[in-house]
Amino acid sequence: MDREQVLHRVNAVFRDIFDDDTLAITEENSAADIPDWDSLTHIALLAEIEECFGIRFSMKDVLGMQKVGNLLDIIVHHT
Amino acid sequence: MLPPYRIALLGDSATQHLATALTGHAYDRGLGLSLFDADYDQLDTQIMDDSSELYAFGADAVAIFLCVEKLYAAYCATAQTDRSQFADNIYMKITSYWQTLLRHAELPILQFNFAEADDGVFGNYANKLEFSFLYQVRKLNYLLMQDSAASKNVHIVDLNAVQQRYGRKTLTDEKLYYLAKMPLTMQILPTVAKQVVDILLALRGRSAKCVILDLDNTIWGGVVGDDGLSGIQIGELGMGHAFSALQAWLLELRRRGILLAVCSKNEETSAKEPFISHPEMLLRLSDIAVFVANWENKADNIRLIQQTLQIGFDSMVFLDDNPFERDLVKSLLPEVCVPDLPADPAQVLNYLQSLNLFETVSYSDADRDRTEQYQTESLRQAQMRQYASYDTYLISLEMCATAKPFDAFHIPRIAQLTQRSNQFNLRTVRYTEAEIAAMAENPRYITLYFTLQDKLSDYGLIGVVILEEQNAGTLFVNTWLMSCRVLKRGMEEFIINKVMETASRLHYRQVIGEYLPTAKNAMVANIYENMGFTAAGEGRYAAQTQTFTPRPTRIKEETNG
Repeated sequence: MDREQVLHRVNAVFRDIFDDDTLAITEENSAADIPDWDSLTHIALLAEIEECFGIRFSMKDVLGMQKVGNLLDIIVHHT
Repeated sequence: MLPPYRIALLGDSATQHLATALTGHAYDRGLGLSLFDADYDQLDTQIMDDSSELYAFGADAVAIFLCVEKLYAAYCATAQTDRSQFADNIYMKITSYWQTLLRHAELPILQFNFAEADDGVFGNYANKLEFSFLYQVRKLNYLLMQDSAASKNVHIVDLNAVQQRYGRKTLTDEKLYYLAKMPLTMQILPTVAKQVVDILLALRGRSAKCVILDLDNTIWGGVVGDDGLSGIQIGELGMGHAFSALQAWLLELRRRGILLAVCSKNEETSAKEPFISHPEMLLRLSDIAVFVANWENKADNIRLIQQTLQIGFDSMVFLDDNPFERDLVKSLLPEVCVPDLPADPAQVLNYLQSLNLFETVSYSDADRDRTEQYQTESLRQAQMRQYASYDTYLISLEMCATAKPFDAFHIPRIAQLTQRSNQFNLRTVRYTEAEIAAMAENPRYITLYFTLQDKLSDYGLIGVVILEEQNAGTLFVNTWLMSCRVLKRGMEEFIINKVMETASRLHYRQVIGEYLPTAKNAMVANIYENMGFTAAGEGRYAAQTQTFTPRPTRIKEETNG
């Protein structure tokens, strides 16, 4: 799966979790850009992405996710 | 939609997602929750401090979730020499929470047990060491079971059973605990929430009372009409074993007091034949409360079963291997629970067991085996047709009733009736055993329970009345409920006569009754007027002891029975 496809699927998960069908995330987005993106939603987001891609993040992965770009790196690495 | 239930959730881990899952799952099942999620690890303060947010919230029920991770940390901090007493000490602490909560208010407590985990320090040998963590956590779960069995207010949420079914890997994601103090995965939360909501719904009186069974390819393999008696699969051989296992389970449900009914598209004689003459059948005709086999549509037949048994559609479970029949029943009778059975008969039983369809919050001997009573009811209906008039028939039944104040022996059954009766229930006030016991002692209340027997059967305790003194001259009917099994036999009249007679004897001038409508009690909307009371506005009705004329009934009072 190329990075573009990963971003597309991750975006679908974001839309679902934040309940916003117009959401279009970019690699540079971070929690600061999305008002509802707090530590609790972050957990839900990660669980959903793990399920969606059939992967399990490590602790290091979770702590290294400063922005969407990092998240994509990790998913691409796992898949 | 039931009125919102106020739940306080207390935990020693991050419970926000559990709280969300609980509210969402409850909503899906028609139960609104108003949830107070106490801050992380605030149990002691919330429970011990009288002025805490918990007590200000005024919960209807409290859920306590202590995680095994914290338990293990406490175990590690315990001196080696004290570890054999670890479970007892934690258990004392938990029961002291219960006692403190119950001192504030008589409410249900939902206590999660612990997901048993071995720390791998002693391997299998941990089973032989009293001070090992494995030994202590298992002992703790056992102690919780033991104590909750003795307490009417405490209900165990069996998290360990969830772990057994789905595995520790599904229950827990360690990184979530390390990073966010969340001991449960997002994936398992709906299942855990379901356990809690199952108990809450049972507390609200919603419970399954009857399983309706299809026959061909559901409780035996093959089609009896085509394959013949010897051709159906049942017994140890081949696929038959799966069906035998299902039947054995159904038989256990019947022994517990769940009614079994048959709803099958078949000729009645061939449908009944296996029950009568197949040597390997576990279910027999005597296990089936109502047997319907014809070619009508199943929704109509389930309506017929409902009329005979007089229980709500939402207390029925319908099992059928055929997706078409299931969809038909789902769409025409949406309240009936219709599990989507796996196509492979080998998976059916395990699937049904995983659904937790038969949750309850109380169990008494009277629950056991109601099948016979319902079969007698069918016989009674048949006999009735022989009598020219209904009244002649009632006389022939030789009915005797008793009316007595609540006593310790009957309190569990009385409390249970207030929890479960939905149809003949004037105000639908639910009471715990402790509350019933308190009213029995309180001179402001006059309590009566009623029993009925006739020449065919002894119905046991079938009616409950609680009268409350409103002022020196007036009694208010706080509770009046009756089992629908004895409807229209003159028992309503007998009860109201007894109420008026009691009021008169104790020098009250009038009795006030009230009807509070619910989705299920429309059958008693006019009962007070039918019994000769006068409408007094706002759903209230009054009768004067001086002028009340006893209602005619064919039931005699037995005073020494």
